[in-house]
Amino acid sequence: MARWSLAVGARRHSFHDLRELLAKATPPRSGDVLAGLAAASAEERVAAQACLADVPLALFLSEPLIPPETDEVSRLILAQHDPAAFRPVAGLTVGQLREWLLRYETDDATLAALAPGLTPEMAAAVAKLMANQDLILVARKRRVVTRFRSTVGLPGRLSFRLQPNHPTDDPTGITAALVDGLLYGCGDAVLGINPATDNVGAVQNLLSLLDRVITRYGIPTQSCVLAHVTTQLEALRRGAPVDLVFQSIAGTEAANRSFGVNLSLLAEARAAALALGRGGSQVMYFETGQGSALSADAHHGVDQQTCEARAYAVARAFEPFLVNSVVGFIGPEYLRDGREIIRAGLEDHFCGKLLGLPMGVDVCHTNHAEADQDDMDTLLTLLGVAGCNYFMGVPGADDVMLGYQSTSFHDAQYLRQVLGLRPAPEFEAWLERMGLARDGRLLPVAPDHALLP
Amino acid sequence: MLSCPEPSLPARPDPWTALRAHTPARIALGRAGGSLPTAARLDFLLAHARARDAVQAILDAEALGRDLGAAGIAHARAATGATDRATYLARPDLGRRFAQDSRDALAARHGDWANCDLAVIVSDGLSAPAAQRHAVPTLQPLLARLTAAGWRVAPVLLVPFARVKLQDELGTLLRCRLSLVLLGERPGLGAPDSLGAYLTFGPGAGRTDADRNCLSNIRPEGLPPTAAAARLADLLLAAARLGRSGTGLKEDTALAGDTVLSLPAP
Repeated sequence: MARWSLAVGARRHSFHDLRELLAKATPPRSGDVLAGLAAASAEERVAAQACLADVPLALFLSEPLIPPETDEVSRLILAQHDPAAFRPVAGLTVGQLREWLLRYETDDATLAALAPGLTPEMAAAVAKLMANQDLILVARKRRVVTRFRSTVGLPGRLSFRLQPNHPTDDPTGITAALVDGLLYGCGDAVLGINPATDNVGAVQNLLSLLDRVITRYGIPTQSCVLAHVTTQLEALRRGAPVDLVFQSIAGTEAANRSFGVNLSLLAEARAAALALGRGGSQVMYFETGQGSALSADAHHGVDQQTCEARAYAVARAFEPFLVNSVVGFIGPEYLRDGREIIRAGLEDHFCGKLLGLPMGVDVCHTNHAEADQDDMDTLLTLLGVAGCNYFMGVPGADDVMLGYQSTSFHDAQYLRQVLGLRPAPEFEAWLERMGLARDGRLLPVAPDHALLP
Repeated sequence: MLSCPEPSLPARPDPWTALRAHTPARIALGRAGGSLPTAARLDFLLAHARARDAVQAILDAEALGRDLGAAGIAHARAATGATDRATYLARPDLGRRFAQDSRDALAARHGDWANCDLAVIVSDGLSAPAAQRHAVPTLQPLLARLTAAGWRVAPVLLVPFARVKLQDELGTLLRCRLSLVLLGERPGLGAPDSLGAYLTFGPGAGRTDADRNCLSNIRPEGLPPTAAAARLADLLLAAARLGRSGTGLKEDTALAGDTVLSLPAP
């Protein structure tokens, strides 16, 4: 028997459970089609959205999408839920939550107080009813500020991860890209290397390299080498200077298993990094992305945007310093083209912020997707307006190790100019001290600048 | 005669162009205001155009078969459920399974094929030029070393439009101890012909990416095929010795172990 149905003219559209309703209410994307979950027609999609708008938020608490008995992320979501924080919206439907979020009265403080009361499924559901401009407007209200050596996420600020990857982890090559990014005013979120080689010795060497650069030039930033968490833990045990611990995470226990992680391993990693006492309490860096659960055949019939929001429940359990969706990385079988990537990027940033995360976005695409750098400019600009905490700074937007296109040091200059945004305050002061920037503009660099060999 | 002063150029070069010698990354591009100079923009557009063309390129399986034969490598052809490039891109599930007639043929194989130590797949994946150019130079030294170590290796299967997980079905069909797939990686801007290698101990339906070890960027300008062959041999021998692969197999155990887990496999 259908739980929900809606007559549209001569046709009646029926939906049997919450998973089906959520999936069919999702704006179009190839991954849901691949999973066999998408609405069969545009009309069915809107019918699902209309039914979803009338679903009481409380239903998400009584009917978990994935049984907690078999999934530790579902258990975590239920354990995280704070009934007191939920109270202001407890009597609302999904459609009413959209309107409540859009009210003038709903501000940063209101949203911060609400976050522990919302589950990822509620955030995902309301996102499905929101226009792109709604996703931008509500996310812009919310500032999630985190601190290590720099402060990321303050109003009027925009940070960049400096991503100096090299195809063979050559230390000189990585240093050259590091210097390039610093001279272009990037690196205030993190100096973060994706290693080509996931082994302990290589990770130790890269961490030492980053630590030497940070110490020598007194840069108010932090480092990270984005190897598997077990590799970072082993490097840490051998004495490597670990600032942030990284891991890719997903929204189901089985998908996390395919990444070789679970909640207790993440807790162990966080405890180990905290014990080093190199920053404050925010020592984790997570990356996510729509489609990862389906890719691991671990989505339990749940649409990819909802799975993604569930990954944010995992992230917020560990008080992260940085979280970003790598929105166009996974490929066209999950997000087909620029249009789908743009929509997903706005959804991910919105859901992350709503759930209380310091969201950044890796605005990116691969060469087998129907997208190009103009699509990236569009998403970058929209997310800048939406108050995104940080983006990636990759030399010339071309990651020569991972083989995808992201955003560049020049993009940082572009976005800070058009939106009047400045780097993290500590980093901005460092750039001025080093004679690299003033009043939001890069200064000419002398050939004998201290950062140059 | 009036002297004509040199007009000041609108784009400013960066005084650290010498650093470009150390990395293929696009550094020291210069700037117009804070933005990309025109020449750097055109360079990027050209590289993107070439990568887009590589994705669409068709594997010449006949020629690759001839190259394998010339290198003395026994081989055969098989097919997945994906029959054209557009379907392959949109339906990764089809690339993870053999087409029915290939499955039947493999299941019926005996002799050289069954219960071997290693089964190998070569595929175009996301870059036909990668498989075309680098599969044979990688396999030749790799198979020579494994054969010298007493390994029985099944004939190499040439399978267009395959995904990484196809090695699990092959392992099940042939009941081999390990499986290996070499396939073209998603083309990067400067690297339209990178070959990737994924190996699995005890391949089977329940295996995930966490159970695999990966070497990527196999090409002369990245990880050269002979070096890749040496590291793959180390990894395969260590995996066989320890009875595991993936996150449980690292540098210390294999001498040169690599797992790339932050990446979804093609």
